[in-house]
Amino acid sequence: MPGKLKAKIVAGRHLPIMDRASDLTDAFVEVKFGNTTFKTDVYPKSLNPQWNSEWFKFEVDDEDLQDEPLQITVLDHDTYSANDAIGKVYIDIDPLLCSEAATVISGWLPIYDTIHGIRGEINVLVKVDLFNDLNRFRQSSCGVKFFCTTSIPRCYRAVMVHGFVEELVVNEDPEYQWIDRIRTPRASNEARQRLIFLMSGELQRKIGLKVLEMGGNAVVGYLQCFDLEGESGLVVRAIGTACTLEKISSTLPATATHPSNSSPSKDMKEPGFGEEAPGVPLSSGPPTPLRAQTFSSFSPSKSYSRQSSSSDTELSLTPKTVGIFLFPSTPTLESESSPLPSAHLPRHLWPGMASRSTTPPPLRLSKSDTAILRKSVSFSEELLLAASGMGSGGSAGKEAGPLKALLRQQTQSALEQRRVSSSSEAFVRTGEYPFFPLTAFPPGFLLHVGGVVSARSVKLLDRIHNPDEPETRDAWWEEIRQEIKSHAKALGCQAVVGYSESTSICEEVCILSASGTAAILSSRFMQDGPLDTEHRLSRQPLCVFSTGSERVEGDMGSSASLGFEEVVSPGCGFCHIPYDELNIPFPAQLTYCYCCRRYKVPDVLFTTIDLPTEANVTGKGCLIQARLCRTKKKAQGEGNATVISNLLPFLEYELHTQLMNKLKLRGMNALFGLRIQISIGETMLLGLASATGVYLTALPSPGGIQIAGKTPSDITYEQHISNMQKKINDTIAKNKELYEINPPEVVEEIIGSPIPEPRQRSRLFRSQSESSDEVSELDLSHGKKDAFVLEIDDTDAVEDIHALLTDFPTPAGFYSCNTEIMPGIQNWTSAIQMFTSVRVFRLNASLTSQGLNKIFSDLCENLLKSLYFKLRSMVPCCLCHLNFTVAIPEDELIQVAVTAVAMSFDKEQLLENGKQSGEKTLIKAITENDEQLQFNLELNAETPSPNPLSSPKGLSEVGSHLSARALSVDYSSFADRCSSWIEQLKLKAHTIRRGSVKTTSSMEKASPLPEGRSRSLRSNRSYSGSSVAVVKMTPLSFIPGAKIIKYLGIINMFFIRETTSLREEGGVSGFLHTFIAEVFAMVRAHVAALGGNAVVSYSMKECVFMENPNKNQAQCLINVSGDAVIFVRESELESTSVQTQSATTHTSNGAEGT
Amino acid sequence: MSVELDVFVGNTTIMDKEVYQLWLNGYTVNDAVKVRIEGGVMEECEASAEVLLSDTMDQYRTFQMCERLLHHPAKLANQLLFQFHPQIPPDRQAMLIERYYAFDDSFVREVLGKKLSKGTKKDLDDVSTKTGITLKSCRRQFDNFKRVFKVVEELKGPLVENIRQHFLLPDQLARDYAAIVFFANNRFETGKKKLHYLTFQDFAFCAGQLINNWTLGAVDNIMDDMDVDLDKEFLQELKDLKILITDKDLLDQHKSLVCTALRGKTNVFNEMEANFKNLSRGLVNIAAKLINAKDVRDFFIDLVEKFIEPCRSDKWTSIDVNLYLTHYTNSAHILDTFKHHAVWTRYMGVIKSCILRMYHD
Repeated sequence: MPGKLKAKIVAGRHLPIMDRASDLTDAFVEVKFGNTTFKTDVYPKSLNPQWNSEWFKFEVDDEDLQDEPLQITVLDHDTYSANDAIGKVYIDIDPLLCSEAATVISGWLPIYDTIHGIRGEINVLVKVDLFNDLNRFRQSSCGVKFFCTTSIPRCYRAVMVHGFVEELVVNEDPEYQWIDRIRTPRASNEARQRLIFLMSGELQRKIGLKVLEMGGNAVVGYLQCFDLEGESGLVVRAIGTACTLEKISSTLPATATHPSNSSPSKDMKEPGFGEEAPGVPLSSGPPTPLRAQTFSSFSPSKSYSRQSSSSDTELSLTPKTVGIFLFPSTPTLESESSPLPSAHLPRHLWPGMASRSTTPPPLRLSKSDTAILRKSVSFSEELLLAASGMGSGGSAGKEAGPLKALLRQQTQSALEQRRVSSSSEAFVRTGEYPFFPLTAFPPGFLLHVGGVVSARSVKLLDRIHNPDEPETRDAWWEEIRQEIKSHAKALGCQAVVGYSESTSICEEVCILSASGTAAILSSRFMQDGPLDTEHRLSRQPLCVFSTGSERVEGDMGSSASLGFEEVVSPGCGFCHIPYDELNIPFPAQLTYCYCCRRYKVPDVLFTTIDLPTEANVTGKGCLIQARLCRTKKKAQGEGNATVISNLLPFLEYELHTQLMNKLKLRGMNALFGLRIQISIGETMLLGLASATGVYLTALPSPGGIQIAGKTPSDITYEQHISNMQKKINDTIAKNKELYEINPPEVVEEIIGSPIPEPRQRSRLFRSQSESSDEVSELDLSHGKKDAFVLEIDDTDAVEDIHALLTDFPTPAGFYSCNTEIMPGIQNWTSAIQMFTSVRVFRLNASLTSQGLNKIFSDLCENLLKSLYFKLRSMVPCCLCHLNFTVAIPEDELIQVAVTAVAMSFDKEQLLENGKQSGEKTLIKAITENDEQLQFNLELNAETPSPNPLSSPKGLSEVGSHLSARALSVDYSSFADRCSSWIEQLKLKAHTIRRGSVKTTSSMEKASPLPEGRSRSLRSNRSYSGSSVAVVKMTPLSFIPGAKIIKYLGIINMFFIRETTSLREEGGVSGFLHTFIAEVFAMVRAHVAALGGNAVVSYSMKECVFMENPNKNQAQCLINVSGDAVIFVRESELESTSVQTQSATTHTSNGAEGT
Repeated sequence: MSVELDVFVGNTTIMDKEVYQLWLNGYTVNDAVKVRIEGGVMEECEASAEVLLSDTMDQYRTFQMCERLLHHPAKLANQLLFQFHPQIPPDRQAMLIERYYAFDDSFVREVLGKKLSKGTKKDLDDVSTKTGITLKSCRRQFDNFKRVFKVVEELKGPLVENIRQHFLLPDQLARDYAAIVFFANNRFETGKKKLHYLTFQDFAFCAGQLINNWTLGAVDNIMDDMDVDLDKEFLQELKDLKILITDKDLLDQHKSLVCTALRGKTNVFNEMEANFKNLSRGLVNIAAKLINAKDVRDFFIDLVEKFIEPCRSDKWTSIDVNLYLTHYTNSAHILDTFKHHAVWTRYMGVIKSCILRMYHD
């Protein structure tokens, strides 16, 4: 009995009239959890009942707490006939199970009915008391935090990234059960909603278990999807990245106690990543006290759940973290393997160190490490080879025996080994994939990016016979992941980042797709702390590996002597090719990096991740979409699958060509956030590729587009072509101006390209497998032709070019991207507007593919135009995270749904007063919080040092590095590069200046004030009476101008709405409009009830709409998710700090207005 | 090929004031699009007619969803479905409500004093053709009147305050609604040709006077007072004023007092003197008849026929009217045999201000 769930029903309001005679309602409430039900009294004749019930208590297993929602049903009492249901509220109590999330759910929640929509609201109070459970075989994973955010959440820092976690759960779909024929639509919908709630709870719990086994305490980038397979069942699957996260507040004293470690590199970090300076683990002094402090910041009543998760498994959190800190000094390590490890571990714990040998090696570091470091470099070539061979399951055979074994262990990531120790685990495949659904990383984490890897597979669905053993579905995904892994390997990469999986289902055919970006990661974050001696030993090779990858960086030249570059991956580092240039997996044109001039870069880079914050970008970015519609023959079963399989490669090829051409047309050379969605229907296939194009300074300038006619005999034809050519050139020039792409003039020095002729290739590397598992890899190069020459040999090509040119330019004042941040825009104002727009288009004629293409493309363009018009009052503004999803709900229907956020920005406003506020916060931190007073006093004594380290000092250090650098270069090429360094230094200096401001703000975040504020926020809210608290929503992981001070837990909601009076509800548009508005309202209400004031990383993952106008019916399913957070306006933090300076008693009044 | 479904939902509800007004005015989507195109919004934002149509439909849907809440404006404050712009929620909501409850003077003149029944609603298409206001807008306005009427009819306490609280209307609008409710409840005749020259604001002013002085709520502030009905006791007492015209002596005395006071102060003294008995009879007769509900309905027409028209034909200025009425009222108090001072003051106070307001072309 490890948990007691308590619920209290306070009141209702705005209830519908249930008794026509009196125009009133006799309402009562049933509160159900698991199989236990409680009832309130009937509150007669009122539309605003005040039940004020007792506390209903449920004593349940924590396993059930995770799986089950609390179900609240509001009914109208009827003396003579059956009680009528008014509606239901499902409350996910998961946020209450985590010590760091919400503590109570309290507020007005909409009462929802699947037929009538929202019918009034109910005020409830829900609490959970968890007891410590020491059972090591338990099935629950309470305390593991879940984040939808695909980067390290803002108020945390990643101690460790453990790796990929995935799970899927299957069940029969209630809609397709026999009983559905005799039950009402309402009962059927509710059964479905409830089942999906249960399944997601179960899925989350299972993922949580895996995370605990890996030694993590959180899942970042949690992505849960439903596959409504119809007859064959319902699949709920999820992927995520297991991490060990630490509240950032604990890092503050660590930094403070060792001011010597704060280097300019530290200042360059983006605070948002919750990233910690490399010196921290070392400098934190005795690690155990640090941990203790971390714990002390939780309220005592809550800390047990955290402890329970650590004490009942061997993979306890506390010792592990300690282990990391002590790691370098453990003597046993050296004895086991080659001499490298012990020397390197410190190195990648503090990568900046090697460059600053003047820094006194702190604490336990042996003086000889620099020497050993040098030694490691000599090994590195071999290691690099080993790295590229990673994950191949045996093919990496070049290394020396022990080394190879060690490497493999490492690269196959943490869980593999964990599996050995925990034999009870049923799912053994987990650790095999070095996949990361994350799209943004702490600086320095992402070393190199290879390119996009993707895999698709067409499958025939069959009934899931045994829901407890979802083997088939698992095996399918297994195949795809293997394929992705091998693609990554071919690109010389050890990991896949920005990884995502999706499906498209039509009748019994299903396309499974996975895509990601092959990359080489710094092992700094991936290494696992020693859990016991055995583990520590096996983990040791990590450092060997990391040496390999760091060698690459070290050899980048600039990084070796310019210390800061090594820590924060330089603006160009991630562009450098990770593969061997003599052994390129596909034809490509390589040039020397336009930033550092030392490493090879490709001509074009496609990725699925967000633009790294440290990347050097010229100008601004823009949304680039490739859209394609292809007709296909109607077919059944296997025949259909074959037809689709055959069509896929062409579809992908054309999407890719379109993307390339559009990228060129905008004068850009890289795509970020690439997402290719392929949707299948009875008679057509839809492909939509969206990405954000940018001009990476490190990559060569893209060439233009040449048009060539095949039949040059005709003069008018020639003219036509030259006209078109002119148009294209004009467009490119215009776009360059529009996106401010003025790359610095550089001396061309294309040397050593394996393919001398000027051919331009993409990084898109993919293949698809058919149901027969046959893997066919597609060469996307255009044979022997020049890819940039568009040949007009038929009308199709003309159409293509027209399509290329008819893309509507974004109106003045608007920018758009599908990534988190827009390069070149920083000064966001606080005005944000999240929106969802859905359009369904009916094609009522049999059309050619060409015609379909046009229609589809116009549909997307018009949708964008509408968005710009709608949001015109926000100009200047950027539509960020534009997420398009396409579907073919039935024959001749195309559905496009967009969710995005419009954010205003200020053209003039400069970054200001960050430093000031940082200092204020420190003072505030000391004065304000009693609980952590001790903690802060210590902080106070030491803090001044990192704080004043702003631009001037940073610059001077850079300067000194420059001189050091200059000395170490070989002189032959010195003159050549000098100019570019200086340029780069200017850039860096700029970054540093900015960075220092941001670092101080990250300390604000770290201050204990936010905790206090969150409490006051809550209390203020209750005072404010009837007015509804504003809840912001955004698909991004941050809120401009505000600090997220607390994550309250994941929001994952599933709703079904059905109507049998479609016309009366305003037709399909009226119906869906109301439903989406209701979904927003319910999300907001649940977030507000958790005490939050925003949802970040919000996404609408499913919007399935079905209609039958003849029967006047429609049904819609929507699944949304996001992270509930509390944020505080930066300006308010400021004002509060002023207040607190004058009078400590007046704490945080400003929170109310948020 | 057609757009089957097209929706846009923002986390904060976007409402275009201009489109809201078009919707309130009862324009169809297509007409609204035309108006918007003419307004030049397209050039401003590089939009096409298609985009404008889509936007207008979206806005219309939003308003329709919102309408349900606007019927009970108090709900708008704590509803969850719409989230208005965080910085200016009170303004925005107040604007929505105010505009929704705003009405056209030309429309209200048509239905003022009529029973707010289904029958009247059926005749709205005639009103629509007559006033040029769309039928949809007429219906909205009519339904607003009816809704407010229904709610405050049963309520105790001051009428204007009730309306303001229940419908969150600004003061002036609440007063106008109070007038509408008061007129509808007492069924004052306002449609006669002779009354056509009067604007709604004239009537609203008079209604305010009546509500403040002649209803039960006007005399005592007890909790269960009603502002909608005239004070029956007072109406009963008004009959006592008849003595001013039935008693010959009193009438003459009154006349001489008034004439003495007026002499030399006006250009129309002769007409005043000549007409005194007539006018006095008219006013006192109105007072005496008010006890009958039917005569209450004719209150305004009587005022016009019995007082305003004679004065106007004699070319009195409003200063003259004011002067006359002031002395007429005051002189009565000096009459030794006249004892109904309180009733007289209460009656004449309203009559004077109503006549002064109504005395124009």
